[in-house]
Amino acid sequence: MRSLVGAREERLPLNASRTLRRSLRALLPCFSLALVLLGIAWLNPRALSYFGLNLMLNLGIPVAFATMAQLFVMTVNELDLSIGTFISFVGCVVATWLRTDPIWGTTILLAGICVYALLGAVIHWRNAPSIVVTLGMFFFWQGMAILLLPKPGGKAPVWLHALINLRTPLVPLPIVVGAVLALVVQYGLMRTSYGAILRGAGGNPVALKRAGWKLIKTKTIMFGLAGLFGVLSGLTLIGLTTSADANIGRGYTLLSIAGVILGGGEFVGGRVFPIGAVIGAFTLTLAGSLLNFMRISPDWQVGAEGLILIVVLAARALINRTAASPL
Amino acid sequence: MKARGALVRDWSWAWSYVGAFLVWLAAIIFTRGYGAGGMLTGGLALAAFSVLTAIAQMFVITLGPGNVDLSLPANIGLASAIAMKVMGGSDAMILLGIFAALGAGLVVGLGNYLLIWLLRIPPIIATLSANFIIQSVGISYGRGLQVKPPPAFAAFTTARFLSISILAIGTAVFTVVMGLCLHRTVFGRGVLAIGQNARAAWLAGVAVERTRLFTYTLSGALGGVCGALLAGYFRGSSLEIGEEYLLVSIACVVIGGTSVTGGKANLLGLWGSALFLVLLLTMLNTFGVSAGVRLVVTGLVILGVILAAGGQKTLR
Repeated sequence: MRSLVGAREERLPLNASRTLRRSLRALLPCFSLALVLLGIAWLNPRALSYFGLNLMLNLGIPVAFATMAQLFVMTVNELDLSIGTFISFVGCVVATWLRTDPIWGTTILLAGICVYALLGAVIHWRNAPSIVVTLGMFFFWQGMAILLLPKPGGKAPVWLHALINLRTPLVPLPIVVGAVLALVVQYGLMRTSYGAILRGAGGNPVALKRAGWKLIKTKTIMFGLAGLFGVLSGLTLIGLTTSADANIGRGYTLLSIAGVILGGGEFVGGRVFPIGAVIGAFTLTLAGSLLNFMRISPDWQVGAEGLILIVVLAARALINRTAASPL
Repeated sequence: MKARGALVRDWSWAWSYVGAFLVWLAAIIFTRGYGAGGMLTGGLALAAFSVLTAIAQMFVITLGPGNVDLSLPANIGLASAIAMKVMGGSDAMILLGIFAALGAGLVVGLGNYLLIWLLRIPPIIATLSANFIIQSVGISYGRGLQVKPPPAFAAFTTARFLSISILAIGTAVFTVVMGLCLHRTVFGRGVLAIGQNARAAWLAGVAVERTRLFTYTLSGALGGVCGALLAGYFRGSSLEIGEEYLLVSIACVVIGGTSVTGGKANLLGLWGSALFLVLLLTMLNTFGVSAGVRLVVTGLVILGVILAAGGQKTLR
């Protein structure tokens, strides 16, 4: 009896430190976004107006969708290196077929989502490493995009361009889209019972399998969702740029991974944070504007993204270490 | 002993040579034998670059799940710029330029390891962030850089001995050295042991952190040297020069029979898969297909190989 009580007393602070760690980690993405926003406000207060935010954040919409696509894949312990070239491919389809022949264009985009879902199934079935499978798909989508649109060009469908340039009242569209996206995925993945199953496929696949769930189904669904959000990313991107080229989505693979990690996600264990991922995507987008206001050459744009990533991870490592030690 | 037995019995790497031979055969049947030798010798020279980066990537990947060097492309690009700038087109500075590129690579590798070790973050994210930063340094450093390699250096990178590229011969010798290093030295065996089971390796007294440090530094250094050589071969540096080598190095490692989950490496297979990939491109070029088709076929081939080989992992 005595030892039991003792054990419980010992466990209590551990639990407390764990909740502290969790809330600190959840706050970290918000903190980094706030820091970037503060920097912008200090250097150029006018940028934080409706129009300024709209301008700075609108490229954050496709990044946020791409980040969400990556988040679904990372939830089941996989990594998608092909999302960037997939977005290029989607962009090329949107700027050509979707405008001239909407039915055919839609069919191709749906086929793309099906290919993604199929990849999930195949990766599970063959027990193949997703890094290599999606590496193959990287070349595949890139090739398809070049075949479709050998030279930069095409034109966004009129409705798409109008939709993405919608002037929402009070709050700029990118923020509305980001908030809706974050809340919908957060609810679906973190609050519904099937969302828990989907995350469990990354957290403890063996337990899930023993409980009678089909792992192949969860992987198929998650990759299918990644394909769907990849399509949404490509759609919004072309709506913003109004024309496409075969390399338009190139940087999105790394951006999406960085967004998920910045947002508090982990590589393994099904530990993700959808709201944080959207914040992470917006932070990376705004970082570019901040550099601009600081008159730092655009040469350092990607470097700053890397540096932000390292600083956030360092902060996270610090939180983990201090919170892990008994208080 | 058991591990060595498994190594001897596993012939999966041989398929890469079969594949390389088949695509070469298809290409020369198409051209009715014309240029058969030229394809091979040209292929060998290009394959040497792939093998150099693939050796770096293979050591890293063998360290176990999550270990991959994503900073190779930026590292190669920066090193090529540094080498060209230091050489400044003068033959007298060639050695110094190569050492500068090597040094830059060493620093990159060391930096990667420090990020992994200090922040305890997955190597994939550490090297990804490093890639971002090195890329920026490279853009800033190499802006407007239009330096041609010194004539002697350019001649060296394309020189041939008995019609075989000197670079290919040098890389072949280096492959043998690295093979000995992997299977016969404490360091190499440490890499394999960590890949099989890091905790068991640590308990068995393997200097885990030191081995990781050496591996990432080795990868960085190889990337640096490769950057200098590429700049000589292609008559000038560019930041995009290393871009394709991230994917090529990983593809070579996987097709060549090295386990993606670590602990099992194969150097012989690297040459087979590098030749296979290079000759595949040569074949598609002789067929006269467009760049798009070339990429689609490359992607499908990588996909096909990994899906065909994927089942083996469950057998282990």
